[in-house]
Amino acid sequence: MSQARALPLVPVIGVAALASVPWTGIGNYHLHLLINILIWGFIYTSWSVMGRFGMVSLGHGAFLGVGAYVTTLLWNTTGLTPWFGIPVALLVAVVLALVIGYPCFRFRIVGHYFALVTLALGEVVRLTIVALRQHTGGSLGMTVEGVPGGTSLYALQFGERETFFYLALLVWLGGLWIWRVVDRSMLRYALEAAFDDEDAAASIGVNVTRAKLAISTLSAAMTAFGGALYAQYQLYINPETVSGIGISLQIVFAVIAGGMYVQLGPTVGAVITLLLAESLRVMVGHDVHGLDGTIYGLLLVLFIIYMPQGIGGFAVAAWKRWRAGGPPQPAPRSAPAR
Amino acid sequence: MFDIFLLEAVINGVLLGGVLALLALGLNLVFGVIDVVWICYAELVMVGMYTIWWLFVHYGLPLPVAIAAAIALVSACGVALHQLVIRPVLGTPPINQLLVTGGVLFFLQAAATLAFGVEFRNLGLRMPIVEFGEMFFSFARILAFGTALAGVLALWLFLTRTYLGTAIRAISQDREIMPLMGVNPRKIYLTTSAIGGGMAGVAASLLALQYDVHPAIGLSFGPITFMICVLGGLGNMAGGFIAAFVFAQFISVGGFYLQIEWGYVLAFAFFIVMMFIRPQGLFSR
Repeated sequence: MSQARALPLVPVIGVAALASVPWTGIGNYHLHLLINILIWGFIYTSWSVMGRFGMVSLGHGAFLGVGAYVTTLLWNTTGLTPWFGIPVALLVAVVLALVIGYPCFRFRIVGHYFALVTLALGEVVRLTIVALRQHTGGSLGMTVEGVPGGTSLYALQFGERETFFYLALLVWLGGLWIWRVVDRSMLRYALEAAFDDEDAAASIGVNVTRAKLAISTLSAAMTAFGGALYAQYQLYINPETVSGIGISLQIVFAVIAGGMYVQLGPTVGAVITLLLAESLRVMVGHDVHGLDGTIYGLLLVLFIIYMPQGIGGFAVAAWKRWRAGGPPQPAPRSAPAR
Repeated sequence: MFDIFLLEAVINGVLLGGVLALLALGLNLVFGVIDVVWICYAELVMVGMYTIWWLFVHYGLPLPVAIAAAIALVSACGVALHQLVIRPVLGTPPINQLLVTGGVLFFLQAAATLAFGVEFRNLGLRMPIVEFGEMFFSFARILAFGTALAGVLALWLFLTRTYLGTAIRAISQDREIMPLMGVNPRKIYLTTSAIGGGMAGVAASLLALQYDVHPAIGLSFGPITFMICVLGGLGNMAGGFIAAFVFAQFISVGGFYLQIEWGYVLAFAFFIVMMFIRPQGLFSR
């Protein structure tokens, strides 16, 4: 069928369309929105890499904060380029994930106990950032030292939005690619088995602790990378916006709204949350605070009750029903084989 | 060497423990009976604080009336939360129940911003400072401590001495059998939600006396409340009560030697370590 043959082209066309966006002359504001969607889409994807296996972390703000603050602190105080600072930040995030993850998985802390341990972790990182106020500026946040002219490859700062857009696009695509690699790996089957029944999974030879550690360190490193990218783009970070319970919950809920079991679900979540906030801000103006959050909160409750698979999951299910009899795939957008 | 300031910090920690214990009480009850964690519990407390502020400052109602109204309103909120949000997801995976109340958290926080703005509001009351020896204690904290003790006692009497209380304890022990024994679980759940909400209202009235209310106040009290409940063994009220004092000492004494944030960091780190050593809680049955 020509329709089936044309299907693998969809992602290629999609990416090409996205890549040509800066040439269409949309203003800086819309490009800014798009970059934000890509950065947050990547961060949400990082969370869902592990969240989809029932490991609901309410503390990913910890890794986001580590990524943003370690990179920025190294750059501001020692002048170490983010090209080295980001790997250091990723290393710190991985070590943090191992230190917390190993006992968690070894002692089988799952479900809401796992959620609460990670919640505590997120708070520990946020409060540490606030407490180290001589270096981090505390609750006031800190500015990433700018370079003259605004653009420097060495400092990984790009004054022109277009350049940063391509960087964010690349990172976002990388995130989707990792998602897909995990989706097709044995690790996925091991983790799904462990989620259903840890004892049964262990009895057939799955090393549950190691599998969970692998996926959580991957997720932590990706999230820290997202945090560093966010810092490089905004050039200003603040403990509330990159760490702590607020941002951690925001990550979880955007993914739930978008759908955590499909590849593009987290990105859909980023689109929904940002568009909702922005369009309401444009409609009702700056003076009314909290309207977007009120609607967002209501939507979340409705989503979890009536559509727990999220918008992305719902769309995929509808698509599958429409193509009844088609091969059962985790996501319908079969990207061309690597 | 005897350090009077350290003693002051310790006693202040005990008083803070009373507030935290009161906060944890309602959450613990709800968890023990319905087996659902209200992530938005601290936001219910915030609703109570705003109610008191609104009635007291705007309408000039006497403080006791405002407090009574707030307790009733938060109690009603608890019932509404159970009916509208928890009941539809009772049969789904536990993590969904936790997350759905997280949605309520966002809703309440944003709705408070919408209604009252982001400013810090206070009742404008001057609470007396109690001097003892060379140490100073806030009267509001002593009041909170006393109320927490009274609240625990009242709840304990209710749970052990009344028919309804016995039914609540029974259903938390065996969810399947009790309906067969003629207990209506729906009624028990609603009653529990009402009491849990009422406890949040009581906590709100005591917090309103010593803290400013703002939309993000739930985020500053919420995490510590969950940690206390988990540390004490979720659903174990006596354990939660003791855990509250342990936590309060970390915050107060840790804050005395270092900064207040480090006190919290120590408390949370202690929680994480304890989870690894005794995942079922310090005082699990």
